[in-house]
Amino acid sequence: MDLGALFGSFDNFLSFTIGGLVFGAIYALIALGYTMVYGVLQLINFAHSEVFMYGTFAVAWTFIFLHGTESASWSLGKALPILLVALVAAMVMSAAIALLIERFAYRPLIKKGAPKLIALISAIGASFALAEAMGLRDRFAGWVGLKDDLADYVAPDKARDVFSNPVTIEPHKLFELGGYGVTDVDLVIIAAALLMMVGLDQLIRRTRLGRGIRATAQDPESAALMGVNSTRVVQLTFLIGGLMAGAAATLYMMKIGSTRQNAGFILGVKAFTAAVMGGIGNLRGALLGGLVLGVMENWGAAVFGSEWRDVVAFVLLVLILLVRPSGILGESLGKARA
Amino acid sequence: MTGRLNLAGRWDAVVDRYNAQPKVAKVLWVTLFVVFVYALPLLRPPILTTNSIDFGGVMFRVIAFALVALGLNIVIGYAGLLDLGYVGFYCVGAYTTGVLTIYHGSWPFFLVLPVAIAVTMLTGVLLGAPTLRVRGDYLAIVTLGFGEIIRICVTNIEWVGAAAGIKNIPHPTGIGAEPKPPFDAGGLFEVPRLTWEGFVPSIDNDHKTAFLAFGSRDAIPYYWLILTTLILVLLGDRMIKASRVGRAWEATREDEDAAELMGVPTFKYKLMAFALGAAIGGLSGSFYASSQSGYINPQSFPLLLSMLFVAAVIVGGSGNRWGAIAGGALVAYLPERFRDFADYRMLFFGLALTILAVWRPEGLLPPRRARRAKAAEEEIEALEDGELEGAHDA
Repeated sequence: MDLGALFGSFDNFLSFTIGGLVFGAIYALIALGYTMVYGVLQLINFAHSEVFMYGTFAVAWTFIFLHGTESASWSLGKALPILLVALVAAMVMSAAIALLIERFAYRPLIKKGAPKLIALISAIGASFALAEAMGLRDRFAGWVGLKDDLADYVAPDKARDVFSNPVTIEPHKLFELGGYGVTDVDLVIIAAALLMMVGLDQLIRRTRLGRGIRATAQDPESAALMGVNSTRVVQLTFLIGGLMAGAAATLYMMKIGSTRQNAGFILGVKAFTAAVMGGIGNLRGALLGGLVLGVMENWGAAVFGSEWRDVVAFVLLVLILLVRPSGILGESLGKARA
Repeated sequence: MTGRLNLAGRWDAVVDRYNAQPKVAKVLWVTLFVVFVYALPLLRPPILTTNSIDFGGVMFRVIAFALVALGLNIVIGYAGLLDLGYVGFYCVGAYTTGVLTIYHGSWPFFLVLPVAIAVTMLTGVLLGAPTLRVRGDYLAIVTLGFGEIIRICVTNIEWVGAAAGIKNIPHPTGIGAEPKPPFDAGGLFEVPRLTWEGFVPSIDNDHKTAFLAFGSRDAIPYYWLILTTLILVLLGDRMIKASRVGRAWEATREDEDAAELMGVPTFKYKLMAFALGAAIGGLSGSFYASSQSGYINPQSFPLLLSMLFVAAVIVGGSGNRWGAIAGGALVAYLPERFRDFADYRMLFFGLALTILAVWRPEGLLPPRRARRAKAAEEEIEALEDGELEGAHDA
């Protein structure tokens, strides 16, 4: 244990905190997908991690399509136009995958009124299949004879390896905060995540769509009697979760720059942890849980060594659940005040 | 019931016919079945046999998975607790065996086995005591976290071999002469296998299995050992399910508050289910550690394995011990059988899991009680619909 690493100087402390906030913001955006689906259906959407993973690939593909494969190092300003296109592409891709999961892995089971556990298995199966499909994309391209044309995108024979965005986004120091240089990338990630969360929160609280979602979360039968189309609401929930995961994927690629077919799994587990920590089904809880998790695990990594990062995250979860058994804010989507 | 392929109904018919037999016939059928299962890797029936990978090894894994599924079935099926970190117990069992037999001690396997079970049981109680107060889905994520914590711990702690794992874990002690590689297989006597030319069997004298020597060349003795364990655990499972404890679990699963009001100390029974399930997981892990290869490392226990275990129990029919065994066997066997498709097998497996879940949401072999309850519910619904005909258009 090395407390000095964290508290030795105020500068270190700040830098670990900001680094944690950046990851926390990404966790929070992914956590939204878990929390919304749980709020409406009381189901753990295990396949949501793949929704995020497909988004990260969409970002890298957009850069390859618009820029080419030669590696470059750009500032945020220069990359911005492509980044915006990539954001749209990732959101579309993730939303499409989320809807696909809803249509084939969930809707038949919801219609049959199947037990909750079996929906989890269905989602686990979908998650395996989606991750593997991405790892086998070179084969699929080979089937339709496009393996060579699409070589840049499918990475023949290396489809399972790390897949990098050719353009590295060079962080640029904006200002000093207690000795730590806050970069534009960090700032954009945190700001974008916050902005999206606030927007979504307002959407759920103030619009007609949001009222439908809240009504279904609260009491699906009464909501249906009042004329809410529950299938539409479920679809919409998956759609919103997918869009947010796409945004998270773009921010993740800005910061990390590479992905692979199993990149979603551990991030998904973390995001789900964040959702539970903040109180599952609660949008503001997801934000708070994500940020708390990101910061705390970064502090933990500083004190105990980075190999213990995940242990810190899970121990923290257990401690919080022991004190507050339904999460920090512990409120469901349905009960959120209008 | 509808006219579709009714697996559970057929299973019931088999059970009913078995129960209708006189006692002598019952004993005869069971003996025949048990002998067949024991002899399976020697018979190597066509179609079933995996050609690209050692069939004995596959059968060992199949039974090891069935054993794990049986243990997890106590936690998920009987007590209704969703445990997504079961691989942690499997890991603890395996590592206890590795540490005590070679890494920090040199105990014989059969002395380590009870210790490994006790250690995993203790781990189960330690993990269960704080987490079982959390309800339902929260439990799932907490156990998932614990499974991951255990894996990270064994990866980073030098005392248990860190990332390199533990090599050369001794095999169980056999009966008869010790095997002396490379030529003397040891054991009391040797059993030949069958080999098939299409559907025509002939005796294969080149590959023999020594009775009962645990070497590194042949997986079949390990298969026999773990199958025997499975049968013992199955008998124990049967007794405990029919006892007061089994009824308490059922009551807790169906309605925790009602059970508590009726005087069932639910927390105690949940903890008991957790510990018992953990012990069986540890048992299976211990066999895994001392099996053919005698090598474990942290990568042998990924979190995904937990998902597979849960899938095994639920696909089989949560709460039915035969369903759990079938599910475990299926989940272990299918990827091996389709090894010819090498790269595509996990893709197919994932698709198969989803399709199976959607096609048969109650599992392949749901417990009889659950099916009866469902049938009764459907009947009531049909009656209600009949009464309200015209007023209700769904």
